[in-house]
Amino acid sequence: MTKTRTTTLAAALLAAGTFAGTGGSAQADILFWSTQAKPVEETQAMREEVLSGFDEPVDYQASDGGPWLTRIQAELEAGSGTIGVLGGLHGDFTTLTDNLVDLSDMDLGGVTVNETFQQLGMLGTDEQKYLPWMQASYVMAANKKALEYLPEGADINALTYDELIAWTKTLAEETGGPKFGFPAGPKGLKHRFFQGYLYPSYTNSMVTKFRSPEAEEAWNKFKELWQYTNPASTGFAFMQEQLLTEDVWVAFDHTARLADAFNQRPDDFVAFPAPAGPTGRGFMPVVAGVAIPETAPDMEAAKALATYMLKPETQIATLKATNFFPVVEVDLPDDMPAAVKISGAAIAAMSGAEDANPGLLPMGLGDNDGKFNQVYIDTFERIVLAGQDVRAVLDEQAETLRSIMEESGAPCWAPDEPSEGACPVE
Amino acid sequence: MQQRTLPYLLLLPATLFLCVFFIYPFLLVAWQAVSQDGALTLEHFRTMAGHWKFSTAFWNTMLLALAVVPVQLALALFMAALVTRMGAGRDVILYIWTIPLGISDLAAGIIWLAIFEQTGFLNSILSSLGVIDQPVTWLGYQDKATIFLAVVLAELWRATAIVLVILVAGMGLIPKEYYEAAEVFGAGPWKRFVRITLPLLRPSIQTALILRTILAFEVFAVVAALGGTNLPVLMGETYQWQFALQDRHVAAAYALVILAISIAFTLVFLRTLRVPKEAQV
Amino acid sequence: MTAVTATETVAATADIRKRGRLVFAATIIVLCAWVLAPIYLLVVNALSSPDQVNAFPKSFVPGFETDSIAFFMGFAGVAKALFNSILVACITMALSIGLGAPAGYALSRFEFRGKGVFRIMVLMTRAFPLPLLALPLAVLFIRTGLDDTALGLALVHTTLALPFAVLITFSLFSGIPVELEEAAWTLGCTRVQAFRKVVLPLVLPGIAASAVFAFVISWNEVFAAAVLTIENRTLTAFLLQNLDVSPLHLKFAGGAVLVVPALIFIFAVRKYLFAMWGIANR
Repeated sequence: MTKTRTTTLAAALLAAGTFAGTGGSAQADILFWSTQAKPVEETQAMREEVLSGFDEPVDYQASDGGPWLTRIQAELEAGSGTIGVLGGLHGDFTTLTDNLVDLSDMDLGGVTVNETFQQLGMLGTDEQKYLPWMQASYVMAANKKALEYLPEGADINALTYDELIAWTKTLAEETGGPKFGFPAGPKGLKHRFFQGYLYPSYTNSMVTKFRSPEAEEAWNKFKELWQYTNPASTGFAFMQEQLLTEDVWVAFDHTARLADAFNQRPDDFVAFPAPAGPTGRGFMPVVAGVAIPETAPDMEAAKALATYMLKPETQIATLKATNFFPVVEVDLPDDMPAAVKISGAAIAAMSGAEDANPGLLPMGLGDNDGKFNQVYIDTFERIVLAGQDVRAVLDEQAETLRSIMEESGAPCWAPDEPSEGACPVE
Repeated sequence: MQQRTLPYLLLLPATLFLCVFFIYPFLLVAWQAVSQDGALTLEHFRTMAGHWKFSTAFWNTMLLALAVVPVQLALALFMAALVTRMGAGRDVILYIWTIPLGISDLAAGIIWLAIFEQTGFLNSILSSLGVIDQPVTWLGYQDKATIFLAVVLAELWRATAIVLVILVAGMGLIPKEYYEAAEVFGAGPWKRFVRITLPLLRPSIQTALILRTILAFEVFAVVAALGGTNLPVLMGETYQWQFALQDRHVAAAYALVILAISIAFTLVFLRTLRVPKEAQV
Repeated sequence: MTAVTATETVAATADIRKRGRLVFAATIIVLCAWVLAPIYLLVVNALSSPDQVNAFPKSFVPGFETDSIAFFMGFAGVAKALFNSILVACITMALSIGLGAPAGYALSRFEFRGKGVFRIMVLMTRAFPLPLLALPLAVLFIRTGLDDTALGLALVHTTLALPFAVLITFSLFSGIPVELEEAAWTLGCTRVQAFRKVVLPLVLPGIAASAVFAFVISWNEVFAAAVLTIENRTLTAFLLQNLDVSPLHLKFAGGAVLVVPALIFIFAVRKYLFAMWGIANR
């Protein structure tokens, strides 16, 4: 009697389970499957502020790289899917290149899209694999309390690595502990610092001079800086958190990952350009894009949504929601959040600096994009964390880097000189 | 006749289910670990074993399991023994002790990070007690031992309840007469525990040990939250290869390693804590 | 023995008893504090304003600000996600007990070929990282139409919960003497009747324990939920997925929001879990 009741219950549940599945799918929203705007507040803002303006209902889902990739790979493998539009960073798309729809013939309604980014969006092919969607960069941020410890004569908007080291040293010695923070945790974006900031500033290169004597110097400088870096940095991913708790006073991170600090306490924090080395002030823009998988259930609607994302109004709304900057020409209104004003000024100062030395995101690496990043991460972990010999590590990692470049055949990108064939590692 | 077919009939639904939803995808993944473009190869295992983090991750996983599981078993046995001697309020106490069951490893990581981080609760207590005047960095990359200890504490807190529930359910089955008889013969509490509870509880202890050890080899979220990149573990490396490096072959190889050590330990427990066909009650 | 020494001994034992009881109570209180303190801290943070969460030294009393919690409750779709979560968890529970308990019974009562293989197979599901299985499963589900259904996700969660159900019921059935069943057979019960009247009540705590595990596993599982559900998201996939990258105060509030339903569930079944002591006293 008990048993029959349980069985009925189980049957009812199963029926409900199947039914709940079929019930909702009659009128499907466009599924926007994204790795961006993940923090819950940003996700919510994307839904309520940005996508509510589109003609059709959009289901914006932001997930971690793991589920994101697994889901889209499954849909591509099964040959049918529910994802309409993909949102992700440049690097997220590299493995999907073959399965993305060409977007080059789309009518964007007269907006002017940043050309460099559009070039990046071709992913080394001759088709527009993704449309640039939004951009950001990495800057430095500091608690105003830290400013009084700046080395004499140092201009915060034109710091050098040596000055940064001196500054963090003073801070560590006079405030009772290291106060510099660096996002070296598992989810931190540290590899871009080495690729786009440290290497260009010391070697004027990202790949070619990977194991040069200049690179050796760069790593030794970084080791020096690391002495004055909060040792818990190996768990940090979003420096806004440690800035707000004042675990650290000076930090380097992605603008969107600093935004919360500026927005919560705009009067307490400043943003400023990344430091410069012997070969200039290396920096790197980050670009996120929108793409359409070949399995999109409603291609027309998906394309319309992609176009909508590039409209100037949408770009401004996106900026407010995510702290990523527009990739099309727009005039920013005055009512911008504090984070936008503060980090925007720092980016402008950085890219407009006399010694600016911009680097580009890796291009044409395909499947090897993750492994390319790992070379820099491994180098960091071995040299700085494990204390291994700089020369030996560089020599070893250079071999890995060379095999990655040769396997993918990707030619050099800025700041390296363009190459015929695969970018060489000297 | 019925005696011979009945067990298979009882196992049939579960077996069919597992074949479709586990064995089938498992074989697909396992095949990736040993093949490249359709041909058999051990290359992926070589890549895995040759990576500089592999042995660290392997040993960290082992050490964590070795540090956590025995303590958990002892603690859970102790708690379960307390429960049996409790009078009124047993329900409430047991409920409280099982609360961590409901907390996912992600949430547990968040909670314990809030305790151990530099401006966290631990430093707050210490500084308000005047023990320290500057917040201490507990989770710094040089203090691997502290990080390890923090992870062990968090895991003890999070997952002891699993063991406890299994043991408590098992203890409920031990007839009270045994204890009463033992008491008549003058056996003290400790003797009763060793001579009656432990042997009769063997099936439950075995189950708890097997399940808990297998879960311990898959530890990840708490380690990532507290240890960052300092304490690589096998599960973390599996994720890394699958999603960051996007090399499904090597990730599958890692997964097979986790599987292999889990099975090895399970076999050890099955042997050493052999449960007779019919418990000799 | 004189009367005097006898009374003294009695008094001494009483004294020891009393002290023993104190130690006993103290131990229980310490253990409760150990379990509850971190939960309390979570609640403190969940009920505080962002400034308080970031402050140092931290306050150990909540500020009773409900903004962060309210943020989650105001999320569009929270109710539906909650419903999905419960639905998936309940199906998982029903499936894992329905499939697992018979298997556990068979393992404990019979010697047969393939027993060892079956046991290892059941355990393998737990010993193999699910995120790797998610890809082939998702492909399978998309092709068969199970994708984005509560049932489909519950099937995956069942593979995770099944080892618990099988092993726990196995260990409890093993603890019940087969003579008890045999006695019932000689009294004219069929195998099924004997099972239902004699064995089932005894293993109810085990079934309840398996149910708790099934529910909690399903409730807290993120990866498969994020991959396999789109419109029918579970609460965990909906809220928890990205908590680790959200601002501190929301991390804690989200964590608290997720913990509560699981606690209510355990509370609801605790009776079955723990109130079975008397029965064993046969």
